[in-house]
Amino acid sequence: MADSKKTFLGTFNNGMIVENPTFTLMLGMCPTLGVTTAAMNGISMGLATTFVLVCSNLFISLLRNIIPDKVRIPSYIIVIASFVTIIDLMMKAFLPDLRAVLGTYIQLIVVNCIIFARAESFAAKNPPMLSVADGLGMGLGFTCSITLLSCVRELFGSGSIFGLQMMPEGYQPMAIMNQVPGGFITLGLLMILVNFIKQRVAAKQALRKEGIA
Amino acid sequence: MQKNLIITTSPHLRDRATTASIMRDVCIALAPAGIAGIVFFGARAAVLIALSVITCVLAEFLYQKLTGQKVTVGDWSAVVTGLLLAYNMPTTVPWWMAVVGGVIAILLVKQLFGGIGSNFMNPALTARAVLFVSWGGVMGAYPITRFMEDTASGATPLALLAAKETVGDVQLWDLFIGNCAGVIGETCKAALLLGGIYLLVRKVIDWRIPCGMIGIVFICYLIYGGFNLALKEILSGALMLGAIFMATDYATSPQTNLGRIIMGVGCGLIVFVIRAFANYPEGTSFAILFMNVMTPLIDRYTVPKYFGEVKKNG
Repeated sequence: MADSKKTFLGTFNNGMIVENPTFTLMLGMCPTLGVTTAAMNGISMGLATTFVLVCSNLFISLLRNIIPDKVRIPSYIIVIASFVTIIDLMMKAFLPDLRAVLGTYIQLIVVNCIIFARAESFAAKNPPMLSVADGLGMGLGFTCSITLLSCVRELFGSGSIFGLQMMPEGYQPMAIMNQVPGGFITLGLLMILVNFIKQRVAAKQALRKEGIA
Repeated sequence: MQKNLIITTSPHLRDRATTASIMRDVCIALAPAGIAGIVFFGARAAVLIALSVITCVLAEFLYQKLTGQKVTVGDWSAVVTGLLLAYNMPTTVPWWMAVVGGVIAILLVKQLFGGIGSNFMNPALTARAVLFVSWGGVMGAYPITRFMEDTASGATPLALLAAKETVGDVQLWDLFIGNCAGVIGETCKAALLLGGIYLLVRKVIDWRIPCGMIGIVFICYLIYGGFNLALKEILSGALMLGAIFMATDYATSPQTNLGRIIMGVGCGLIVFVIRAFANYPEGTSFAILFMNVMTPLIDRYTVPKYFGEVKKNG
């Protein structure tokens, strides 16, 4: 594993699947539960986070030999906060409606633990290109996970996905899915599903290896 | 299969009670309340009870079959869950709600956490809470009984008791026999008490939780609004149903005697606070769910002293 991680694709895959921030690392739970009531919110929150993650990873990686160890956390915050401000102002200018829905969660990307975790445990120790790959992988992994989560919640909570009516006429939306308990329940169920699939795949790979040997 | 030698520590007490016999007793104890519900609310109550029980049993059976576990439908616990779930619904809910509730209770709350004995909240109550939060309009609209005049609106006794002017409209006798608006299983206190006494006599439940819970609600209301109100309050809403049948669920209530008193008193206090000061007219289910979650903590702090252990400050 240690070797495959060091390529661009390997690092990307690590963030996207192997160490998926939502389902494996369980990082960034605040936006995961807070904004995933509609698929559109989920995907835009994910993409905004990805943007910040890629940029902050790149810059922290570039600065990794200059930043003194003792003040590294404040330095990271300054880098991350700059990019959050950029995305926040951009959204206010070009996507004001979406920005109003996501509200303070966009600003809260500053303290999103995915970004901190990647800065501290990856970007600070690895060269820029790999850090970008890590940011992309982690960010898109996060985006996919919370989009999936929000699709399920929107389907049952509002009867639609991305605003398109999915449920038959007369479906009475399950309001709990739009509330916090619904977020926890859906997250738990999806985690069961993801772990189940992962175990299945691992078992199959083990079988195949045995077959070769 | 090789037979294993089972070694256990003392005491080697044996009892004839099995999960199935206990759950069967609970079913018997629940029967009067169900019959009363059917009498007061009509045949639709029977349909909902049947649907809910069938869904629960089927869900448990299918889940255990699909995951290759031992099928434990024969222990009657799914039947109890189904009954309790149906008893917590008004007769006016659409039929599919009983099915959704049953699936949530058995799959989400019970089986996913490891089946009987491993659930950390009461399955029927949790399902009821999910339904209530999701479709509050339907789940919270309580129909009147067949023997009430149509002019009487569907206001539950609790809603009437909440306002000082209407306290007199609530008749004690109606509350006791169950002729009042409410969900299927909660209205007939006579039937519930009968079931409770049966369970106490058969030693299926311990007196501490129900008595603590009902007692503390009574005492609080005695101080808050006098004897008349206190009596009417303990005979209203789902308090009896919850205290006798749901707060006493083995898996989700403390095992020590002191713990059980804490559980009962805690439930009662929360019921009083919600009824008297919060927006919801009734708080029994949320009170019990809250104390369910506290149960491991209560158990931990009320571990009895070993015989012969020296008191710290003795």
